[in-house]
Amino acid sequence: MTSAAPLLSVRGLNAWYGESHALHGVDLDIREGETVTLLGRNGVGKTTTLRAIMGLIRKRTGQVTFAGKDLIRMPLHHTARAGIAYVPEERGIFATLTVDENLMLPPVVAKGGMSVNEIFELFPNLKERRNSQGTKLSGGEQQMLAIARILRTGARTILLDEPTEGLAPVIVQRIGELLVELKHRGMTILLVEQNFRFASRVADRFYLMEHGKVLSEFPVGELENRMDELHEVLGV
Amino acid sequence: MIFGIPIQAFAGQLLVGLINGSFYAMLSLGLAIIFGLLRVINFAHGAQYMLGAFIGYLVLAKLGIGYWPALILVPIVVGLFGIVVERLALSRLYEVDPLYGLLFTFGLALVLEGVFRYVYGVSGNPYPVPPALAGGVNLGFMFLPIYRGWIVVASLIVCLGAWLLVEKTKFGSYLRAATENPKLVQAFGVNVPMLLTLTYGLGAGLAGLAGIMAAPVYQVSPLMGSNMIIIVFAVVVVGGMGSILGAILTGYMLGLAEGLTKVFYPEASSIVIFVIMAIVLLIRPAGLFGKDA
Repeated sequence: MTSAAPLLSVRGLNAWYGESHALHGVDLDIREGETVTLLGRNGVGKTTTLRAIMGLIRKRTGQVTFAGKDLIRMPLHHTARAGIAYVPEERGIFATLTVDENLMLPPVVAKGGMSVNEIFELFPNLKERRNSQGTKLSGGEQQMLAIARILRTGARTILLDEPTEGLAPVIVQRIGELLVELKHRGMTILLVEQNFRFASRVADRFYLMEHGKVLSEFPVGELENRMDELHEVLGV
Repeated sequence: MIFGIPIQAFAGQLLVGLINGSFYAMLSLGLAIIFGLLRVINFAHGAQYMLGAFIGYLVLAKLGIGYWPALILVPIVVGLFGIVVERLALSRLYEVDPLYGLLFTFGLALVLEGVFRYVYGVSGNPYPVPPALAGGVNLGFMFLPIYRGWIVVASLIVCLGAWLLVEKTKFGSYLRAATENPKLVQAFGVNVPMLLTLTYGLGAGLAGLAGIMAAPVYQVSPLMGSNMIIIVFAVVVVGGMGSILGAILTGYMLGLAEGLTKVFYPEASSIVIFVIMAIVLLIRPAGLFGKDA
């Protein structure tokens, strides 16, 4: 179920890494409960868009509004408190922390987050390895942990960066099922994914990016009609 | 006799080594915590240790506040001083080359030492042993001054407490995680700038605590910090930069090594720690407990 007003609105977002201008005026909207996927080749600015929305890149201009709050001027630690969570491409599992400690690290930002028991029901592998160091987990388990620790916080919007990167097909399948489950729970998801076939299982809409800006936007139903454009832009 | 050395002399030097090691451990612990999170090589640590001893001396001389209340008061005051320093100056240097942090703390140490030298001179001031810890115990093979035994026990408690704080508490898990990836921890909603401030305050407070504990053992002197800090840096390097456990264990080990050298080859006692540091750096550049680069 989606509502009309965007929950997350991005207008003219520019971002820089030092002197390097990485985003050139990104515009996008996500409504509550929607799953939106950013598509594009490596280096077009998909991850940078997530990082700039979250505030991990501070050298940014434009408008980023989340639930009516201006994120551009907000300190980084306040962004998460507004109810928006980020799962980085490299997963960000802390080597010196156990699975349990990694899971409990992010503060609860809103009511309605999953309990630890619910999380362990959803991810039984993590329960078995709860006392292991986070980086001793397999890539798939690390990805599960990276998503699981966000589910505990009560954040209802997740920025998810390439969750299937480098994972075995069976794990990719499992992550696909998990995203469907999150979508059914009404979570709002902004997904960066190169594999548009995978993304089409959960996405309501796509934004196609090139050279640090949005090239086009289309709903999932138009995916098949856009194959020529996708092949040209993505090179697949 | 042990290796031809009278047991009294042997045990006495071991005790001196253990006491020095207690101070090395407490000071290197604070340095390691600060370096681990802030990536600042805190050259002001010795000055903060000296400040702790002087505040203890001054509140006794001017206000009649004795050793036991000072054990609480001094770490709080030096910790607050550290918090002010971090907020006003160090926090502005995190985005630039770490050399600036080192230079700032080095300058701060010189200023603090200079002010106390100007006011109190360098001859040192005595601080009495608290009456409850005066005297000694005859162990049969040596005479153990009670205050020195207290130093060893108290430093073990402080080090164990700090280790538990870092390894077993929520604050500690934030601290360890932020040491690895501060931006991501902040993106989770943790107020990392506040964490950095508290960490520097904690490190400075530990130095202040070591200072007041040292006051009855050494003379309270403006130079006491600079005499200690070079050795403490060697301890941190041998233990592994940023390793809390490494700093604690290496502090005691090097204190004992120094004490034993005084027994067997006194001429080398002032350099033995640096010789060990050179050997460790050659064999294991990341330090005994540090992660390989």
